[in-house]
Amino acid sequence: MTTAPEKTTAGQDRLVPGTPLLEVRDLHVEFKTRDGVAKAVNGVNYSVAAGETLAVLGESGSGKSVTAQTIMGILDMPPGRVTAGEILFRGQDMLKMSNEERRKIRGRKIAMIFQDALSSLNPVLSVGYQLGEMFRVHEGASRKEAKAKAIELMDRVRIPAAAQRVNDYPHQFSGGMRQRIMIAMALALEPDLIIADEPTTALDVTVQAQVMDLLAELQAEYHMGLILITHDLGVVADVADKIAVMYAGRIVETAPVHDLYARPAHPYTKGLLRSIPRLDQKGEELYAIKGLPPNLYKVPAGCAFNPRCDVATDLCRTEIPALHQVTDRDGAELAGRKSACHLWKETLHG
Amino acid sequence: MGRFVARRLLQMIPVFLGTVTIIFFMTRMLPGDPAAAMWGDKAADPAQLAAFKHRMGLDVSTGQQYLDYMGNLLTGNFGETMAGRKVIDVIGEALPVTIRLALLAFVFEVVVGVTIGLFSGLRRGKAFDKTALVFTLLLISIPVPVLGFIFQNVFAIQLKWITPTVQDSMNLGQLMLPAIVLGSISLAYVARLTRTSIAENIKSDYMRTAIAKGLPRRKVIGTHLLRNSMIPVVTFLGTDLGALMGGAIVTEGIFNVKGVGNALYHAINLNEGATVSGFVVVLVLVYLAASLIVDLLYAVLDPRIRYA
Repeated sequence: MTTAPEKTTAGQDRLVPGTPLLEVRDLHVEFKTRDGVAKAVNGVNYSVAAGETLAVLGESGSGKSVTAQTIMGILDMPPGRVTAGEILFRGQDMLKMSNEERRKIRGRKIAMIFQDALSSLNPVLSVGYQLGEMFRVHEGASRKEAKAKAIELMDRVRIPAAAQRVNDYPHQFSGGMRQRIMIAMALALEPDLIIADEPTTALDVTVQAQVMDLLAELQAEYHMGLILITHDLGVVADVADKIAVMYAGRIVETAPVHDLYARPAHPYTKGLLRSIPRLDQKGEELYAIKGLPPNLYKVPAGCAFNPRCDVATDLCRTEIPALHQVTDRDGAELAGRKSACHLWKETLHG
Repeated sequence: MGRFVARRLLQMIPVFLGTVTIIFFMTRMLPGDPAAAMWGDKAADPAQLAAFKHRMGLDVSTGQQYLDYMGNLLTGNFGETMAGRKVIDVIGEALPVTIRLALLAFVFEVVVGVTIGLFSGLRRGKAFDKTALVFTLLLISIPVPVLGFIFQNVFAIQLKWITPTVQDSMNLGQLMLPAIVLGSISLAYVARLTRTSIAENIKSDYMRTAIAKGLPRRKVIGTHLLRNSMIPVVTFLGTDLGALMGGAIVTEGIFNVKGVGNALYHAINLNEGATVSGFVVVLVLVYLAASLIVDLLYAVLDPRIRYA
């Protein structure tokens, strides 16, 4: 490792071309509770480059949020525990860093946007204070400077009359405005990477689009990496570059966004896409994947999806499928496409 | 805000009049004749007794006495004790002592109680928390007189750090021990309330945000956690300040503090209606003022509360 170029001091700020901004390698996280050990994340691999948007898709309990919280370093430990894996940020394993080193990355280099802005903002502090805090803590700004920068940020995320509203409290804003404040807070120090955990779930549909557009626009402007965690396939299509689909704590399929929509290579992804309501199917019964997400205390043997899968074979019930490189009919590799299905060929081409 | 305060002050008037009325009739309903009691076991001379009753205004009907009392009260006249002292002077002597004692006890219970509660809540289920829970349970269970006597025994008689009783009731140093005894039960409640509140708020989403912002732990706890967690504690503290002022009777008795409690105790024993009513009037005012302050403080702590 001593010869790795990205380890030199000069290389820490400049990204070595081809090195992803963030790389999660074989991450395992479990929760020890009274009922036993819940294996929430079981070997997740994904990476994001600067300026790239990775959408992580999955049902509740698929491990997408736990992975994000582990990256952020805000997982409750205990009961949570990282049992294996690496999280490389600019080539350095964050799991090996001291608490103080990680704290300095949080908010400054990697920022997070949470789902419910009303509960995620402190109810008793003004939004100006909460935004300004970023500058005061990380940059040692004075109260006055921090307030001026808070107003500037509120302008950036297009909150009307920012200067008048800077001393207002979170409950005095509408849902969409509150989420804009969350975004502003994440953007404050122009981080390299933003993790957005279901940023639009708590919003009205019309506001959802506005907030998503704003996020995508600012991401492009600052050339940040973005990990967008969602269970909403509609949100993903417009903004993401690539998608990682998670199920029972594993990545089951990764693909560039349009490939995945056009030709899924995993039965679970196929099921998800079929369950999107479509206008041309009006009047027909909406498709739903049968069964329930697996119990994390007792993940099924073999492929975790096998009890719900229409095409499962005996192999699926005994052997955990590897994340296979997906190829086209002639055997040529499809860039960025992987599937953790024994039957990916049949699923993709059949 | 101004309107809110004005309305709260107006609301205090019926509360005040009601309390005074109730107390007036309660003292008049006490068994025994306070005037006759002045002569002890000896039979009073009817002429002297009548003269005394006339001077005290006790020779008219209870209803008339009430009207006289209220009339005097509104002009600031609290009446006289049986011995002829002005009640207002008795209050003026006792009240400053009790205010000092209550404030000392209050500071003690806030500082120690919130500190114990904070660390207990942060280390829930750990040794410190368990010790604190047992300790506070013990404080709540021990009656004040018992605690007072234990303190007297240990600190005055065994260790000789202090004198068993207070010599100078205005001396803050001497009031320290009675204040600790007086504040002990409330301290236990403050500690437990703070602990519960901290433990609840620590799991909230905004705490997760604060950590994700990369704030140092000191700021996460000091700014974000503590402020939210103090809201229920402040409610308790507000009513408790009034209770400390009025509830010092036992503690003042044990340590011979010449405060409101002591004076009130003697007044009740001697059936001194005017004195008892006078003190109650003052305590009611203190109580009302404390609750108003709490309500105002509440909105400072929690901006979601609107004065309506």
